[in-house]
Amino acid sequence: MKQHLKQHLLKVLWVAVTLLFAASVSAKSVNQKAPEITLPGMTGKTVKLSDFRGQVVMVNFWASWCEPCRTEMPLIEDIYNKYKKIGFTVLGVNVDENPKAGKKMLKDIPVSFPVVFDSDNKMIEKYEVQAMPSTYMVDRKGNIRDIHRGYKKGDEKAYENYIRKLLRE
Amino acid sequence: MNFIKLLTIFAMINLAGCAIKPWVKPYERSYLADPVMSFDPDPVSSSYMHHVYQAREGAKGAEGGGGGGCGCN
Amino acid sequence: MLISNWIKIGLLVVTASLHLFANATVLPEERADVLYHEYDGDGIKISGPSVLVRKNFLDKISVSANHYVDTITSASIDVRSFGSPYEEERTQQSIGVDLLNEKSIISFSYTNSSENDYEANTYYFGISQDFFGSMTNVSLGFAIGDDEIRATGNEELAEKMDRQNYRLSISQILTKKLIMGINIETVTEEGYLQNPYRKSRFIVGGSTQFRDEVYPRTKTSDAVSIRLKYHLPYRAAVHTEFRYYSDSWDIDARNIEFGYTHPLEEYPLSFEVKYRFYSQNEAEFFYDSIIGDQSPTEFHGRDKELSEYESTTYGVGVRWDFLPDGWGFLERASVSLNYDLIEFTYESFRDATQSDAGDGGDYVVGKEPFFEFDANVIRFFFTAVY
Repeated sequence: MKQHLKQHLLKVLWVAVTLLFAASVSAKSVNQKAPEITLPGMTGKTVKLSDFRGQVVMVNFWASWCEPCRTEMPLIEDIYNKYKKIGFTVLGVNVDENPKAGKKMLKDIPVSFPVVFDSDNKMIEKYEVQAMPSTYMVDRKGNIRDIHRGYKKGDEKAYENYIRKLLRE
Repeated sequence: MNFIKLLTIFAMINLAGCAIKPWVKPYERSYLADPVMSFDPDPVSSSYMHHVYQAREGAKGAEGGGGGGCGCN
Repeated sequence: MLISNWIKIGLLVVTASLHLFANATVLPEERADVLYHEYDGDGIKISGPSVLVRKNFLDKISVSANHYVDTITSASIDVRSFGSPYEEERTQQSIGVDLLNEKSIISFSYTNSSENDYEANTYYFGISQDFFGSMTNVSLGFAIGDDEIRATGNEELAEKMDRQNYRLSISQILTKKLIMGINIETVTEEGYLQNPYRKSRFIVGGSTQFRDEVYPRTKTSDAVSIRLKYHLPYRAAVHTEFRYYSDSWDIDARNIEFGYTHPLEEYPLSFEVKYRFYSQNEAEFFYDSIIGDQSPTEFHGRDKELSEYESTTYGVGVRWDFLPDGWGFLERASVSLNYDLIEFTYESFRDATQSDAGDGGDYVVGKEPFFEFDANVIRFFFTAVY
């Protein structure tokens, strides 16, 4: 019986280790054209990423169930208000399956930048997003220049530094 | 023997690494992010229950959760 | 090959591929818990507080401290059979540090448990990491401990015990609604492994004698568990767990658990129910009673945890999130109450108090009914997340 258990344990380990390392990471990389985003906004009217060509755009993928997304939302709003007059905008992409969940969160945490709703996750798939939230910095020419995965305290400073850099170009 | 197994594991990593992609994407975790899905939402409470079972049952180990075992009677 | 060797190999592989496939991970959340616990069963009452506080620094370091007390009054079956009731207190303190370095969490902890007749120190080291698009988390742990055992009323007893635990845990996202956890643990213990207050029962010439138990001085155990948790189509979750255990004293044990968690949508209340069934067979040197003056084997013990038995747990719990949206620096706060009923039914440990040899019971020695008892366990706790 004991020998039996050991053999089973080995099998479990084997499968686990194999699964574990069956990891593959490919992603949209920097200095690549940002895929076009065409999605309905708050009012239902279609908003496109290309509408903002000529501006520095911070594309932020978020969901209502994602705790760090909630935390960074007001900080992103602050950044938007600080730089919106000098050629900068934020495009929030909500990826909740039900857009109502995203809209409910915006009632609790209101923002003034444009938000679009990617309910069937078509856009986020195009961007091959690997963490929630994910923030893509798009330069005036429409190229992805920086990808920021996740959010932790202090990351808003990194956002600002990068935005300033892109605005100077 | 162990060394050969280790090498095999590495070989499998390299092969599998190119073949399989994570099938539940980070943005598809609305259900999994729900607090009801936590295996161990209250560590203080669950580690107390583990202690009760360890004191009254012959078996111990593999309870899940962190910590270092308590060494108490 | 020993499981511990496999865990060592695992550790090697994990360390070697740290930067290859790793994903970002986060520190545990900052929270404080104050728990009051109470156990009441078989003439034993154990109660006390447990307080756990966790604080993070610089988003890289997480420090936690736990203070735990058991206040015990005992008139258990052992006491009723051959001992005298006692009261004692056990205090357990631990401190832990978790270090986050981008891709993995490294943990250290130290635990001290202290009673008037038992002192235990445990040192723990662990490493945990997310892989595979954060679908998999692997953690490896190693604990080493040394215990000092004394006995009230036996000044000469001064014994030691060394412990080592090797642990591998994998948690795996299977689908958008299903998560799996696998745990494997090997424990080796060496030294004085018995309880100095428990006795073997010898029946010599029709009369009962309780004598000191004789245990082996080593024990190795392996345990493996698998658990699954599934999010139902509405907001609720079901979980199940199965564990198999086997040790070098020939005890095989298994337990299975089912549970259901249901939060209410309209009110900040959440309910849970749980069922758990455990069974084990007896150790090779367990004897409820030994006829004659001589034990048939080198080792003998009558500890009821070495016997063949089952335990069944029915649990209910309720949680009230009284600050779901936070207040001041608090992110949220809740109170929880859990009640568990555990029924123990022994299949080879008999109730010696019913024997006609000692207390004038109705049964012939060695033919008493099997022992059984129910335990009531209460947990009441307050949680603050900040």
